[in-house]
Amino acid sequence: MSSLSRDDVAKLAGLARIEMTEAELLELSSQFGLILDAVARVQEMDLSGVKATSHPQPLENIARADEVLPSLSPEAALSAAPAQEDSRFRVPQILGEAE
Amino acid sequence: MALPTYDEVIAKWDPVLGLEVHVELNTKSKMFCSCATEFGAAPNTQTCPVCLALPGALPVVNKKAIESTILIGLALNCKIAPYSRFARKNYFYPDMPKNFQISQYDEPICFDGYVDVEIETDEGLKQFRIEVERVHMEEDTGKSLHVGGATGRIHGADYSLLDYNRAGIPLVEIVTKIVPGTGKYAPEVAKAYVAELRDILRGLKVSDVKMEQGSLRCDANVSLKPIGSDVLGTRSETKNVNSLRSVERAIRGEMIRHAELLNEGKKVKQETRHFQEDTGLTRSGRSKEQAEDYRYFPDPDLVPVTPATIWIEELRATLPERPSLRRKRIKEEWNVPDKEMAAMINADVLDIVEATVLLGADPTKARTWWLGEISRIANDQNIAITDLAITPKDVAELVALVASGELTDKLARQVVEGVIAGEGTPSEVVAQRGIKVVNDDGALMAAIEKVCAEQAETAEKVRGGHLPAAGALIGAVMKETKGQADAARVRELLLGHLGQAN
Repeated sequence: MSSLSRDDVAKLAGLARIEMTEAELLELSSQFGLILDAVARVQEMDLSGVKATSHPQPLENIARADEVLPSLSPEAALSAAPAQEDSRFRVPQILGEAE
Repeated sequence: MALPTYDEVIAKWDPVLGLEVHVELNTKSKMFCSCATEFGAAPNTQTCPVCLALPGALPVVNKKAIESTILIGLALNCKIAPYSRFARKNYFYPDMPKNFQISQYDEPICFDGYVDVEIETDEGLKQFRIEVERVHMEEDTGKSLHVGGATGRIHGADYSLLDYNRAGIPLVEIVTKIVPGTGKYAPEVAKAYVAELRDILRGLKVSDVKMEQGSLRCDANVSLKPIGSDVLGTRSETKNVNSLRSVERAIRGEMIRHAELLNEGKKVKQETRHFQEDTGLTRSGRSKEQAEDYRYFPDPDLVPVTPATIWIEELRATLPERPSLRRKRIKEEWNVPDKEMAAMINADVLDIVEATVLLGADPTKARTWWLGEISRIANDQNIAITDLAITPKDVAELVALVASGELTDKLARQVVEGVIAGEGTPSEVVAQRGIKVVNDDGALMAAIEKVCAEQAETAEKVRGGHLPAAGALIGAVMKETKGQADAARVRELLLGHLGQAN
């Protein structure tokens, strides 16, 4: 059976910016194992000649012409922002002082 | 230990380069939505649910962006992938509303190309081949404004403000393979490569390629290895290199910084550094606590791009003349000496000079005006020569006016000033300023007689055979005629008048 360690899950959670309790980390590490096992069953089949896909429909080359359509007004664009200033989205400090 | 000099660095170390160039395409609309891409628009006026990443929005790729990228690939001698996909590059940063960037990962649309550049070396003109690993499509990020702190820089800022107008503008990334074997010419080769790319892209008309506006940006990877060694050193990646001159300076600076560390037995840290335009040095960027882990995966919202061979060949047939060939052709057709050709390329005036020549101007005259007087004014005003109010049409007209004898070179310089000051075309400036060559011998004779009467003593010296004294009189006559006379004719008439005809 596949398994993911508690630390693997903690790292993934960190990369995804999801805060998790210790209990959740432990619970998910066993659940991830089950998920990986389920997906791994695909590998038991003979897949030679089958192209990997990332889309449920066999579509290719869906594109639009290079034409401008009206955008949102800045008011509408900013309407759901938790904070704004001078028609811009305001976000908390990104980096601290230079080391 | 003192900082090693550049000569000391290259005596011991061999630089290895890797260059990543980002090009903003000049499509009218964004990569995956129909928002406008106008530079300098008011903040957040060019956004929509797709580029703001509002829930449920679906991206659809811009066909023109794919076409432009294929053209770039073809111009860089790349192969075009019959099948390529978009992938999500996952990371969190406020300038990217989706928390992932749509890019391409293991299936770039163009790959395996090269660009040849020529630079002047101790052994004469030498060609270097820069191999291109890949050309792929992605999207630009928004613009941040850092508020608070002393410098407006991200470090020490209290908070930041985001404008997402730029988020989602089509971006093409051109990545070289590692470039070995450039030795002491590494900084110049890198500069020549970026310049060549810029010229190629400009010729393709797929981007504004304005480094100062960020539509062409270069990240320079540099590492050093001991000369003769096969083992690559640790590289640093310098971002924020926004001019051709900076490419050269940044690489030279990093070579010196690496050599200093290595000479002292220290290690080069693999990190991102930011180029400082004012000092020419780099400073450490965000230190990465954890190794980058972008968890790329194919974007399920977008379908594969499979350009038909016939379309690729149609695009190939539209490729313009390669810049290197064009330079060669121009040099031969116009009979330009090496040094002058280099000066024109360096001053970036080839396009405007060629446009001037196509309007009928003599190539040498056209070149002299653009490289001389007009370049000087552009430098004085510290603006790009193409942003001055004088056009190839104006210069062609000016050259014609001088050729027909309506202007002297000296008067033509006044006309150039007038055109640049916005007073109109050369003919309009001539008319408005009342500039004209005094060809009328009668008017000249009157001025000569007047000056000789005023400076009788000097005139007498000339009459007595002391010719150097004539200079002062000629000067006075020129002043009298407000510089509009032909000095050679004045001299001729004056000497005749004083019995010294030669």
